[in-house]
Amino acid sequence: MMTTVKIGEPKLAELQLKDLYDGFRNPEVIKGFAKLITEEAKKLSRPINIMEVCGGHTHSIMKFGLPQLLPDNINFIHGPGCPVCIMPKERIDHAYILAEQEDTVLVTLGDMIKVPGSRGSLQDARAKGADVRFIYSPLDALKIAQENPEKKIIFFAIGFETTTPMTTALIDIVLKHQIKNIFFHINHVTVPEVMVELIDSRDEHVDSYNNAIDAFLGPSHVSVITGSKIYEKFPKEYNRPVVVAGFEPVDVMEAILMIVKQFNEGRCELEIEYKRLVNYDGNLKAQALIENYFEKASLFKWRGLGNVPKSGYKLRPQFADIDAEKIYADILPNEEIEDHKLCICGDILRGMAKPDECTIFGTACKPQTPLGSCMVSSEGACAAYYKYGNLIQ
Amino acid sequence: MNKQITLAMGNGGEENNELISKIFYKAFKNDILEKSEDAAVIHDGELAFSTDSFTVSPLFFPGGDIGKLAICGTCNDLAMMGAKPKYLTCSVIIEEGFSTRELEKIVRSMKKELENNGAIVVSGDTKVVPRGSVDKIFINTTGIGEIQKKGISSNCISKDDVILVSRDLGRHGATIFAAREGIELSSSLESDCASLTHQVQALIEVGIKITALRDATRGGVSAVLNEWAKQSNICIEVEEESIPVCQEVYGICEMLGFEAVNLANEGTFVLAIAKEDETQALDILHTFENSSNAVKIADVSDEYIGKVVLLSSYGTKRFLDTPTGELLPRIC
Repeated sequence: MMTTVKIGEPKLAELQLKDLYDGFRNPEVIKGFAKLITEEAKKLSRPINIMEVCGGHTHSIMKFGLPQLLPDNINFIHGPGCPVCIMPKERIDHAYILAEQEDTVLVTLGDMIKVPGSRGSLQDARAKGADVRFIYSPLDALKIAQENPEKKIIFFAIGFETTTPMTTALIDIVLKHQIKNIFFHINHVTVPEVMVELIDSRDEHVDSYNNAIDAFLGPSHVSVITGSKIYEKFPKEYNRPVVVAGFEPVDVMEAILMIVKQFNEGRCELEIEYKRLVNYDGNLKAQALIENYFEKASLFKWRGLGNVPKSGYKLRPQFADIDAEKIYADILPNEEIEDHKLCICGDILRGMAKPDECTIFGTACKPQTPLGSCMVSSEGACAAYYKYGNLIQ
Repeated sequence: MNKQITLAMGNGGEENNELISKIFYKAFKNDILEKSEDAAVIHDGELAFSTDSFTVSPLFFPGGDIGKLAICGTCNDLAMMGAKPKYLTCSVIIEEGFSTRELEKIVRSMKKELENNGAIVVSGDTKVVPRGSVDKIFINTTGIGEIQKKGISSNCISKDDVILVSRDLGRHGATIFAAREGIELSSSLESDCASLTHQVQALIEVGIKITALRDATRGGVSAVLNEWAKQSNICIEVEEESIPVCQEVYGICEMLGFEAVNLANEGTFVLAIAKEDETQALDILHTFENSSNAVKIADVSDEYIGKVVLLSSYGTKRFLDTPTGELLPRIC
């Protein structure tokens, strides 16, 4: 059941890990794309702002310093695609309260444990004695459940479409093998709905026409599951081109070139750069699993953006007996918690401001003590700016 | 600072520094301590003095065990001040129920590593505590070494120096992470855990102009470089492509979202030496098995004082920051 990965045994096929990424990080290829983009961008009639929706893209762009290779008339807007960053305090408080329950092990993925809610982070809960563990694969929860039969294992499930099928695979095993001590708190969210929210907000406080997004880089890992079809409406209904791109620097550079060409050639289309794994339909088996166990919640609150319709999943009603939100309904608070007053994450996510325009950026709000959504994980725009110092431009 | 001590405060990075400066430095304040070197230099610069406590899970890991680690750790801290380790103390706290055989095994590997360093344990202490009070066994070692070359200090690195690393980075951190519970990775990777006394002595013997040395333990090479940049008021410009990382470590980093420069090492050191001695120093390091891939990774400038800059091979640059937080895999 455990996920076992073998690394560093090149004898198998004389294949080295670097053979897999070398081409996608080749300095000459990156420089070549930079040159092509610069040439192509000269023909642009106005500057364009490209939103990379996914935190993984933000991380790559900052880590590899790609903005330094691009002409001034191409800007990045760092999107809301980091599942850890967008988790609202209300739901982190749920995790905190669940972790505090007796004979309970709260299990979640990696960097979720350092994000603060209103009571503190899961790391703080652990320091106070709660049993909080992070796992790499949701299936690892099975081992914890087996080793602790007298305890309740609550999986605080997070992530976009990429990680959702892993949670449903765990649910599948729990139900089929009648494992009685694993429960689920579902916080899975979906990409297209929040993209719509950013360009066509239904929130009366937000002037959605003010957003500055001209085109999207679509996250490739999401599309491995969903297919590229989920983005079809953006070129058609919202007049925004989408290129589904991989995460290596060469992928990102190629995708940018594809977007600039669309503008210059008067096209507005959905294109796939990450052809090595993404097709139109995606992984139908994974989609069926999700469909089987989950349905859309009418609203999901995003830290920094507020309530977004149909943007989150919940367990279908027939699975109420494994649904921690239902089982613990009487101890889990429902009151809304306001985002920090000075935080401008909402504007950053809409491309109306850059992280360093925020008055609390790097002062009150730092990676160790994040106040807003964009600072909480290394994939958030503010954290990436802070860490990789966009001071160097 | 947080009201409760969190794991992040022991990571060798920023939170750790805050804990040390706000609580310990504040109380113990004195000139020697404030130099913040790997080992204190005492007795008119004749002696180096250092202490370190060891806890590791699992106790036995590919490439070493907690015993080897406990001797290497303290001896390496002494070596980093140009000293030859001489006398150590050894203090252990053992959990009730711990296996005597395992304890013997640990002590045997301590003995072997002491011999390798030419040092002896001259005083010790044992405590046994009730089950659950410690995780199996904690070891503290404290050591005194005779300084062979005076004046090594991380406070006086200048533009006349180059920065080298003694081998590929991140092996210990990656090995321990891969071996820990919940991360089921199988790999042929071994920790770099090793004593550095012989390499340092060899460099001193031929008269290499050593400005500073530091073993890149918790927080990795990026913590060392950032501390150096701040302590010496310099900018360190690292050529990203020259940073040596083996395939296994790279694979683990790619998968979990880590960077090898942030991972702990237990037998890898960073050197700041005079430019003109670069070739000779590398030649000497290359004669030792565990520094056979030593290489220059950085130059010193005054471009961004107090900062470490990473230069990519395609012309971009970014800051390399001190690692923060507990080492946690990124989710996507």
